[in-house]
Amino acid sequence: MEILKTYKLYIGGQFPRTESGRSYAVCAPNGKQLANMCQASKKDVRNAVQAARKAQAAWTSKSAFNRSQIAYRIAELLEARKVQFIEELQAMGLEKQSAEQEVQMSIDRCVYYAGWADKFQTLLGSVNPVASSHFNFSVPEAMGVIGVVACQQTALLGLISQILPVLIGGNTVVVVANSTQPLCAISFAEVLATSDVPGGVVNILTGEVSELLPTLSAHMDVNALSIAPIESKLLTTAQEEAIDNLKRVRIYAEPLYVKSAQGLSYISDFQEIKTTWHPIEQIAGGAGGY
Amino acid sequence: MSNSTWNLDPSLESAAQVHIKPQYELFIDGKWQAPLSKTYFDSVNPADESHIAKIAWANDSDVDLAVLAARSAYENVWSKLSGAARGKYLFRIARLMQEKAKELAVLETLDGGKPIRESRDIDIPLACNHFFYYAGWADKLQEAFAGQQISALGVAAQIIPWNFPLLMLAWKIAPALACGNTVVLKPAETTSLTALKFAEICQEAGLPAGVVNIVTGYGDTGAALVGHPNVDKIAFTGSTAVGKQIQKACIGTAKKLTLELGGKSANIILEDAPIDQAVEGVINAIFFNQGHVCCAGSRLFVQESIADRVLEKLKFRLQSIYVGHPLDKNTDIGAVNSKKQLETIERYISLGIAEGAEMYQPDCTLPSKGFYCKPTLFTEVAQSARIAQEEIFGPVLTIHTFRTMEEVVQKANNSPYGLAAGVWTSNGARIFGLSQQLQAGVVWANTYNKFDPASPFGGYKESGFGREGGRHGLSAYLKFSN
Amino acid sequence: MLASVSPLELNAIMANATSIDQIGTLERIARIQARSIKGSAKLQGLRMALSMIDLTTLEGKDTPAKVRQLCFKAQHLHDQAANLPTVAAVCVYPTMVGVAKKALGHSGIKVASVSTAFPSGQAPFELKKLDTLYALDNGADEIDMVISRGRFLAGDYQFVYDEIAAIKELCATIRLKVIFETGELDSLDQVRKISDLAISAGADFIKTSTGKIQPAATLPVVLTMLGAIKDHFDKTGQMIGMKPAGGISSSKLALHHLLMVKEVLGEAWLTNEWYRFGASSLANDLLMQYQKQMTGKYQSATYFSID
Repeated sequence: MEILKTYKLYIGGQFPRTESGRSYAVCAPNGKQLANMCQASKKDVRNAVQAARKAQAAWTSKSAFNRSQIAYRIAELLEARKVQFIEELQAMGLEKQSAEQEVQMSIDRCVYYAGWADKFQTLLGSVNPVASSHFNFSVPEAMGVIGVVACQQTALLGLISQILPVLIGGNTVVVVANSTQPLCAISFAEVLATSDVPGGVVNILTGEVSELLPTLSAHMDVNALSIAPIESKLLTTAQEEAIDNLKRVRIYAEPLYVKSAQGLSYISDFQEIKTTWHPIEQIAGGAGGY
Repeated sequence: MSNSTWNLDPSLESAAQVHIKPQYELFIDGKWQAPLSKTYFDSVNPADESHIAKIAWANDSDVDLAVLAARSAYENVWSKLSGAARGKYLFRIARLMQEKAKELAVLETLDGGKPIRESRDIDIPLACNHFFYYAGWADKLQEAFAGQQISALGVAAQIIPWNFPLLMLAWKIAPALACGNTVVLKPAETTSLTALKFAEICQEAGLPAGVVNIVTGYGDTGAALVGHPNVDKIAFTGSTAVGKQIQKACIGTAKKLTLELGGKSANIILEDAPIDQAVEGVINAIFFNQGHVCCAGSRLFVQESIADRVLEKLKFRLQSIYVGHPLDKNTDIGAVNSKKQLETIERYISLGIAEGAEMYQPDCTLPSKGFYCKPTLFTEVAQSARIAQEEIFGPVLTIHTFRTMEEVVQKANNSPYGLAAGVWTSNGARIFGLSQQLQAGVVWANTYNKFDPASPFGGYKESGFGREGGRHGLSAYLKFSN
Repeated sequence: MLASVSPLELNAIMANATSIDQIGTLERIARIQARSIKGSAKLQGLRMALSMIDLTTLEGKDTPAKVRQLCFKAQHLHDQAANLPTVAAVCVYPTMVGVAKKALGHSGIKVASVSTAFPSGQAPFELKKLDTLYALDNGADEIDMVISRGRFLAGDYQFVYDEIAAIKELCATIRLKVIFETGELDSLDQVRKISDLAISAGADFIKTSTGKIQPAATLPVVLTMLGAIKDHFDKTGQMIGMKPAGGISSSKLALHHLLMVKEVLGEAWLTNEWYRFGASSLANDLLMQYQKQMTGKYQSATYFSID
């Protein structure tokens, strides 16, 4: 007799149940019940944001190289658990070949962003040739805590396409997973939990997007939102709620599960730019400036 | 409790897990191949002059085979792979190097003489990280050079020196492969072992045959490699004299060239410097790796108002610098790489004395066997003295004073070399002001001898051209067309 | 004679304090920590460290019985091992000095007393003087005073100087340790400044912390203070003692401290006349390491008496 798996939430590096005690059933296309998922509540959103905020300073202080090593480790562990993810995708209705392709692309995308972690700064930052005798440089900096409404069309690849670029940029995230196909999101949480990703850096909630998004988008301690395609009224409300603390809102209209859905812009979407000035002393008749 | 002496016991790192073959062949086309030259040379452990292994000596025909293998691998395999796939091979190599880090560190120390603390804490981690770094660029080259047409060059011939064998190998091979080239690399004759171990790692990583080829030998092997018509790119790190020979040999060919050559770098301490950290910086600048560093801060310029104090502190600091067996974890200055190099250094020390400079060496006993040199300071050195102009490549520091920043800038730049410079001051504006004026490819402010895969490194003037590390380091291995 | 300094001289002391680069400091420390201390050098180091401990109890709930127990431990660290040194001193509140003095008898172990409204130092100066006199009258062999950190951070260096000088005058030949509470200071530059100031005001020992807050005696702070001691010695020939306190509970760390002293100051400071560890749990860790060196077996804390 099998021991069936319980899918819980992932908050602060732990797997708690929803504080609301609610659950909802996830079924395969043929109606077979696959699992009971936790139906997360507003309070879970609150707890997740707290955890994300607590973890953010330390996460962004790690060296870029360290974050790249961790992202690469995520890829390694995803690779090691390939079979599990393929089976989950199939259970949720994908053909075997599509499932294999999605998992492979997910692994490759993790490797791709691992490679960006210690390079995007070179391309997004600059030394600026101001006209006065000052050394002036611009650097990208993480925005902070990012709320993510994950792609609702795919179970794994979309999620990864949204989380990885945000993560390697030094941000921490609170994710509202694909609500009808949430299994891979929580299994991915297990990968994160064993990949040297500090607790709280990624937090994953399962449940109703329409219930969780308003809390997330109104939360004054969330700095930005990453939103994959959702119902338009829900989207409009979210954008309105986001205005109070001037969240940076990125809406991805294009599909996130395709080969081209990766690049530098996905990283720069969640970076601030900080410019610093410092005088250049004029020595030996030099005029200063670059 | 009485004042007894407290000295550290020797703490030798074990060489037990290092597997050294009695004889090494050439690594060509993914296989170990006996040299067509049928000749081998000895590799000697400079710590005690003992024999380590026999190394194959590649002749022109061997080099030809290697270039052919690299060309074939480039045309048929490597150029057909996506950047992401190349990146994955590099990630694998990086991982394997990490896993074998201890073995590589001990091997590096045995072969070259550098202290185990340095090979363990600096050389090997930097080498691994260099592969990790460039693995990530392999599929992002277009972003690195937005708006430009880029492609790989083809076959790269790479010649590296004996001072940082595995690290120099990483600096050469990682970006070359990331950019889609294949390589033939010749390590220095006194330090072949970590390159040969690297070849084993390439095999373990499943790297396609011929992408990396290692040909061991002396200067003649290098010359054959450089002169080979079927090579698209040459990267050389070594002496300025040989660099110039290579540049000459490239005339009339389409070969792209980058050179990383010698230096006589100025390390400048202003009177408002954080003085204790500056003294430590001097130690790091000239005694790191026994001073066998192209960017060593070999000319110390100290503002006259604090010169006596700095010298006093330097001499005191030297009392806790230990010259000893390279495998002893507490050794700060290990063995000089070879008898030849030790003789060169000793010639310069005698020259310095003959030129009228004042020499200081701390009291310490050197091991009876092996090639060792005490850390040496020279004061009362004229700007025109040969010891102040020529690269010594050993633990020998010339100390000069200056009164104004304008004066020190002139003196620092008064050299055909321009690799690095150090600036010690608590004033930020002066850091930037001096950095602007100094003719050096690397300026270290309030630090020295710091390296990172993300940081471009290379020289001005006769210290060479081209940069290694960072996004800039990719340029050397790409063709730009419009 | 009360040490005195003119405002001009004081300004010079504060202005001339050398600037400290934090990263360079950390790198020097990393290099010291990479040293490998084994074999007989390790044994010798462990014994030295044991002899340098100021075994400490400074709690609101200290009682005479607790202090007596501590004093016994001070003299009998681990009788199961032969020929162990005793600690250098026991460190207590002024109200416990008498108890400690009696309990230690003629053992040669000193009684150090905190004073000057330890740990906060937030009290009128007259109270601080009384505090000190009380400890001295009860037989304290050493005084560990705290500086007024608030005054220092507010830039009132004259006040801080005068306090130290006044307490030193009360102490006369009794050795005075001056506690900076470096965890409350802003930067290593400030640590250097206060070191220079305290030394010129008459401190016999400079001490990092009260042990009541974190961070306490971190290696960068200690290295910075050793730098001040060395520069003072080079200038005047006078030796000043060093006492890191708080946060040193591992032998490895203690040995790195000693190595740092050897390389930065020299071996003359490697006795308990010039170096002390303000610690409570360090002793048992040193003993465990010592036994491991002697027997070859890793030890269990159960076999070493607590207090």
